[in-house]
Amino acid sequence: MSVTAKTLSLHLGLIAVLFALQFILGPYQQGNIARIMVLATYAIGYNVLFGYTGLLSLGHAMFFCAGMYGLAIPMYHFSVPAELAFLMALAIGAGFSLLVGLLALRTIGVAFMIVTLMFAQAVYLIILYAAEWTRGDEGFVLVQSTRTLFGVDLTDDTAKYAAALVLFATALLFTLWLVRAPTGRVLIAVRENEDRASLLGYDIHRHKLIAVVISGTISAAAGAGYALLFGNTGSTFATVQYSILPLLWVLLGGAGTVLGPFLGTLFMYYLIDYAADVTNAYMLIAGAALVALTLFAPTGIAGTVRKHLWRWLP
Amino acid sequence: MTKLITPDTSLKTPTRRAALKGLGAAATLPLWARYAQAQTSEPIKLGFQMHATGIGAAYGRWYDRTSRAAVAKINASGGINGREVELITEDDGTDPARGAEALEKFANQHGCDAAFGTLFSHVVIGSAPRAGELKLPYYVVSEGHHVASGILNRYTLQPGITDVRSQIQAMAPFVAENLGKKVTMIYPDFAFGYDHRDYFSEAIVAQGGEMAATIAIPPTETSFTRYFSQIPRDTEVLYHVMVGPAVLTFVKELGEFFGGRGPEMIGFIDSLEAVDLASPGLEFLEGSHFWEGNPRYAQENQSEYDVAYRAAVGVDNNGASLTDPSDVSTYAHMFGCWETLHIMCDAMVASGYRGPQDRAAMIEATEAMTTMDHSMAHPQGPKLFNGKTHQTFGQQYITKVEDGRLNLVHTTSIEDGLYDDPVDYTTQSF
Repeated sequence: MSVTAKTLSLHLGLIAVLFALQFILGPYQQGNIARIMVLATYAIGYNVLFGYTGLLSLGHAMFFCAGMYGLAIPMYHFSVPAELAFLMALAIGAGFSLLVGLLALRTIGVAFMIVTLMFAQAVYLIILYAAEWTRGDEGFVLVQSTRTLFGVDLTDDTAKYAAALVLFATALLFTLWLVRAPTGRVLIAVRENEDRASLLGYDIHRHKLIAVVISGTISAAAGAGYALLFGNTGSTFATVQYSILPLLWVLLGGAGTVLGPFLGTLFMYYLIDYAADVTNAYMLIAGAALVALTLFAPTGIAGTVRKHLWRWLP
Repeated sequence: MTKLITPDTSLKTPTRRAALKGLGAAATLPLWARYAQAQTSEPIKLGFQMHATGIGAAYGRWYDRTSRAAVAKINASGGINGREVELITEDDGTDPARGAEALEKFANQHGCDAAFGTLFSHVVIGSAPRAGELKLPYYVVSEGHHVASGILNRYTLQPGITDVRSQIQAMAPFVAENLGKKVTMIYPDFAFGYDHRDYFSEAIVAQGGEMAATIAIPPTETSFTRYFSQIPRDTEVLYHVMVGPAVLTFVKELGEFFGGRGPEMIGFIDSLEAVDLASPGLEFLEGSHFWEGNPRYAQENQSEYDVAYRAAVGVDNNGASLTDPSDVSTYAHMFGCWETLHIMCDAMVASGYRGPQDRAAMIEATEAMTTMDHSMAHPQGPKLFNGKTHQTFGQQYITKVEDGRLNLVHTTSIEDGLYDDPVDYTTQSF
């Protein structure tokens, strides 16, 4: 079997398994997997910038929230239908990430991390202060009757699962295409050796900007999906915590692998879920597991599989 | 963390002979009758969404103790419709996303009949849409105006604690008549503060007073002195409603700024819930007033119900734990869990609740409630429940710091806190 065939089989297989799971799982696990798919979409967006381009952002929550509020504010305040609001959220996410990219990419390394962190803090404070539109820390609820997409009621658990799967599968397959396409290969070249890529004639700044926009737009799609499927917004989603989480998911699952973000999100979600049944200090257990994984599998789950088993894993 | 509370069954342990006789008798019943018996003797499961971790953990700890005490009392009285009550607790991390996940666990994993709990408004707002989708009755103890404002849904109710709009409105007559008519407000610059700013400004004007200034303090602020210079000199009353970890610094700096010669002060006890009034820096509060949902210190006119309620939860006359006087309770709010559980119990009894198929009937039974007398089920005071807005109304207490304790100086009437219905949830379908 060729590498392409193996790659396609694996990724399409995952989508097929996720599709089939809804018929097997009970309602609670089905709800969990729907939520994990939306959050994994966010992690996929983060991975494009961090895993494939080597740019560590500490402020990705701003992109998630650009999508979340980009969808929710038009729906809530202007009664815009969900289909149009979702497209608006994508456009706002793309435009906002372009703006952030143009400014933040004037820095490198640690300065880039700090600048993205500061931008995200600014977005967090804007959400708090623009309370007339955002209801600040409390957030607001999208009315159940408005959460329909092409006539499908997204408050229904089956429809919600299907919508989450479509969102996740689109992001996954797009990323798979991207990292195998010439642009994606240049992003990897930038990550591996920026000077050499520059010497070969590639426009580094332009490719980094492309990565920021793609990463930000996918994150915004996840934010919009979250608001649409789960019905609420709030400034909590703009806090530092929601910028750190995708970093952890990607590190756990395997940075620079297409499947890694999903595996990391799945692992951490259930780790916290089960640990919380044992103790209120569940974050301590999660922290210990993260330390262990970093020590014994520093390339993450999918990274370790690629290293020891499937070297063709994209 | 999941915790179960079940009544002590040690006294009911059957003998082997009795068990065999029971089995023999059961075997003679038709299959449907055995099933019906098994179904009706199952415990009623109530999901408790708890701030076990996160910024609301102090509230969560006391909401937990109060809820356990209420469930123990209800079970000792025979449970609900002859069935024991099982409390199933999930931590919401004081986070809206985890709050919604907790409701999913209650409905889809634990098979809870209904859910309750949680104080912070953002967790309620994050969870309520899921409650509506899961068709899980969700009784919140949040004091937010979100329920009555109409932004939530028919499955979300707040029958056990009054909302902030009502509390603020009820305080205004006392402020205008006893403290002064020119008020300056210092409030946190986010939604919680805006409720105070908007509703109190409206209420004080209605009492013939005026707002001298409203001073918003950014949520990230750690030092406050520079804001105090914005307080107009002719301010008669300073209304403060700061919350969060910097509140002790706020009070200390406020005291240092005025040096005991400032205007009258009134604040919301939310700032100092679970905080010992004897904490260093709080001596500046001597002589100032507070709103309390339920007076922390046992008062001279303490009701018999408050005596019994304190004993049941394990709270002393100073509002602290009976076993640890430094463990101060969230007394102004936690009664809401006690009263909410009794209301849920009453609604289940009134609707003849048998299982999830009767959830809508349970909500309708709650909506049909009106007056709730001052009683062991309502130790905070009498209530008037509005089934249309899903919100309860009750008395508010204004206390004054005297010799380091909060003494009751005024009790508002229920009518002081009433307002027109912003919504009629009963028109929404299930």
